[in-house]
Amino acid sequence: MHVPDGFLDAPVSVATGVVAAGAVAVSLRGARRELDERTAPLAGLVAAFIFAVQMLNFPVAAGTSGHLLGGALATVLVGPYTAVLCLAVVLLMQGLLFADGGLTALGTNITVMGVVTALVALLVFHGLLRVLPRRGGARVPVAVATFAAALVSVPASAIAFTGLYAIGGTADVSLGRVFAAMVGVHVLIGIGEAVITTATVGAVLAVRPDLVRAARSFTRPALVIRGGSGAVTPTPAPEPAAAPARPLRPLWLGGLGVAVVLAAFVSFYASAEPDGLERVATDEGIAEEARAHDLADSPLADYGVRDVDNARLSTGLAGAAGVAVTLAAGSAVFLAVRRRPGGADDATTGTSGRRETVAP
Amino acid sequence: MDPVTRPDPAPGQAPSLDVSGLAYAYPDGHQALFGVDLTVGRGERVALLGPNGAGKTTLVLHLNGILTPGAGTVRVAGTPVVKDTLPEVRRRVGIVFQDPDDQLFMPTVREDVAFGPANAGLRGPELERCVSRALDRVGMAGYADRPPHHLSFGQRRRVAVATVLAMDPEILVLDEPSANLDPAARRELAEILLSLDLTVLMVTHDLPYALELCPRAVVLSEGVIAADGPTPDLLADEALLRAHRLELPFGFDPRTTRR
Amino acid sequence: MSGSHGPAARLYRPGTSAVHRLPAHCKLVAVLAFVLTVVATPREAVWAFGAYAAFLACVAAVARLPAGFVLRRLVIEVPFVAFAFLLPFIATGPRVEWLGLSLSESGLWGAWNILAKGTLGVAASVLLAATTELRQVLLGLQRLRLPPLLVQIASFMLRYADVIADELTRMRIARESRGFTARGPRHWSVLAKTAGALFIRCYERGERVHLAMLSRGYDGGMPVIDRLTAGGAQWARAAALPVPALVVCVLGWTL
Repeated sequence: MHVPDGFLDAPVSVATGVVAAGAVAVSLRGARRELDERTAPLAGLVAAFIFAVQMLNFPVAAGTSGHLLGGALATVLVGPYTAVLCLAVVLLMQGLLFADGGLTALGTNITVMGVVTALVALLVFHGLLRVLPRRGGARVPVAVATFAAALVSVPASAIAFTGLYAIGGTADVSLGRVFAAMVGVHVLIGIGEAVITTATVGAVLAVRPDLVRAARSFTRPALVIRGGSGAVTPTPAPEPAAAPARPLRPLWLGGLGVAVVLAAFVSFYASAEPDGLERVATDEGIAEEARAHDLADSPLADYGVRDVDNARLSTGLAGAAGVAVTLAAGSAVFLAVRRRPGGADDATTGTSGRRETVAP
Repeated sequence: MDPVTRPDPAPGQAPSLDVSGLAYAYPDGHQALFGVDLTVGRGERVALLGPNGAGKTTLVLHLNGILTPGAGTVRVAGTPVVKDTLPEVRRRVGIVFQDPDDQLFMPTVREDVAFGPANAGLRGPELERCVSRALDRVGMAGYADRPPHHLSFGQRRRVAVATVLAMDPEILVLDEPSANLDPAARRELAEILLSLDLTVLMVTHDLPYALELCPRAVVLSEGVIAADGPTPDLLADEALLRAHRLELPFGFDPRTTRR
Repeated sequence: MSGSHGPAARLYRPGTSAVHRLPAHCKLVAVLAFVLTVVATPREAVWAFGAYAAFLACVAAVARLPAGFVLRRLVIEVPFVAFAFLLPFIATGPRVEWLGLSLSESGLWGAWNILAKGTLGVAASVLLAATTELRQVLLGLQRLRLPPLLVQIASFMLRYADVIADELTRMRIARESRGFTARGPRHWSVLAKTAGALFIRCYERGERVHLAMLSRGYDGGMPVIDRLTAGGAQWARAAALPVPALVVCVLGWTL
């Protein structure tokens, strides 16, 4: 969902523009650390990959289809800095050439769809990896952490958008409704994103584990034999695939981590936008006339910080409800997919099948 | 015309390429080269034959210093390939990679051909002349302002050759030049390669192409040079070919095509 | 394989008009200034948006772009149009009755605001993309001091977007010719494997491109060969869009 021109007011557009520029500047430096002097060609190809993946539609039901946003995917595969850089370039080109997303909203789009998704995915992923037991090789913890990261990153992006809308929306819709609609829809989108992202990372992990940057701490170099022609022979994971009962514990631990991180993010955005909270709390619209001429005088001046504590509490509750829904839905889908023989388990069976042939 | 003339290097002139005792193991321990010795004289055209996984690509990547030898040395026109000489070596060794899409990474043909010479410091009209000369030599002068992905595969491969020619190399290294070309494009490329007055090292599986273009051939197998001799003789040695997983196309007899 | 020229190639309409000939960085600045002006205009000044639309129509006429082409490209904003049409129903505040529907007054203004500004923004970008070659856009961005690394990444992305889209198409054809069509979430894992394979191909291609660059003397910086230049006359011509727009904007605030 690319924000067009005129959707958010000027101060918010400028502010997010500054945030985006800062994030890109930091990422330019960080990406050189992630990719050294290969940054330009590799990041360019990854950007082209994201661009292509956003064209890869997956059917949802009854004729509707969605597509990957790719923020979490890029973060897990190539690291947060390169991910932000690639998403920023994709958004810039979409805005300039495809008229997808307004030019004045470019900063907003980069912030909401690039910086927030990458940051949230990074925190969730590494937070979870720290909690999850490391026994059993990379596959299970990486899958769980990737799933959670992708699942949370999409609603987080929606929450960030809602937050921006609360400060700088140009249409007067009660924030509660925007929040409910955005988060509700995006939890669903997030589930799709999470399933596909997890399976994609799993597929890469099965063939070239060295390319999954976020899982580097798991992939021991001795496991990969690089052929003379650049071809890579994967050797089987040291541990047999986890028994069906075992993922349950990481799953719940993971769920807990997701809830904590998401709650933290909700309250972060909540406390950043006291006036938004106020509106959620009271479900009261502010007359359009009151801020018709935002540009003339300080736009934020009108929004006093009233009843913040109260408001923060109620938004916190809304956030918690969102976490609960996300977690329940996500767990259900995750379990369903993991248990289905043809589902994400394919990668596991695929490798164990290969094990016999690779025996020295 | 007799392609089987093997110009002897002029006395006192270093060979274009001199590889001796080259061994290399990848960081993970997999060893790809086990002591390669290969000398290519100035103006020679040599085919490098070998099965998949023989270490051909590894050897090629040593020629311009992308990989650093674990043991042994590589010399290009007398200059040893070491860190200090890399810019000079990379100008002298022109590698044409297998997939022209990997090689043509700039938005237009002209910029792509200019990339190498511009890195070497050429600018302005001098650069312009260099680019148009290189494109002329492969018959692509009319396509300078086209984006590479608007060209046919054969045209892209010719432009890839031009990008390397623009750097005025001492030796041209081609990785599978005939792969994915239709017969006409294959013939056109052969004509271009024959018209160049350059040392050529051609890595290929395409034995008839090797016979057509290269008077001399070497077989790289399991990380060492297993055979070295006139191409027609090597291709006539069925036992040798079989031992190294090389096969002539059905019905092709190198003895009858000998000119 | 070389037949499809990808989504990017269809955006540009070759031409030799005054708009086409303007240096890309002038056009980029002009479009950005124009869009900023549009966004800064108070939405109550309805006539001003009419004037902006007329300005864009003039540019399209000078560039000899058929109206149908521009209008078709506007379809991109459909999701937001849908949102805009919902606004009068879901927004709060005083309401007006119209044809028996209760509509929010502020929602109507909000819908108008998004429709007008969004459409003008999209139209301006469409005109830019239709009259400027991809490579010129990149050169323009470079000239406007966008960090060189970003320009390089964008340049690689545009160069390989079509190559990768072709690979994606071939993978889809390979799937379908083996009797597979994705119908629902049950098939997501197959699509995800496609995405995984695509990523590996992209990354490995990136590594090969890097080798090819090294082989031709790449040392981390792209040589700047083409530098766009613009004279005063060209800047003056480029200003023909944003300056009248600015006048309209100022009038919109004062009238």
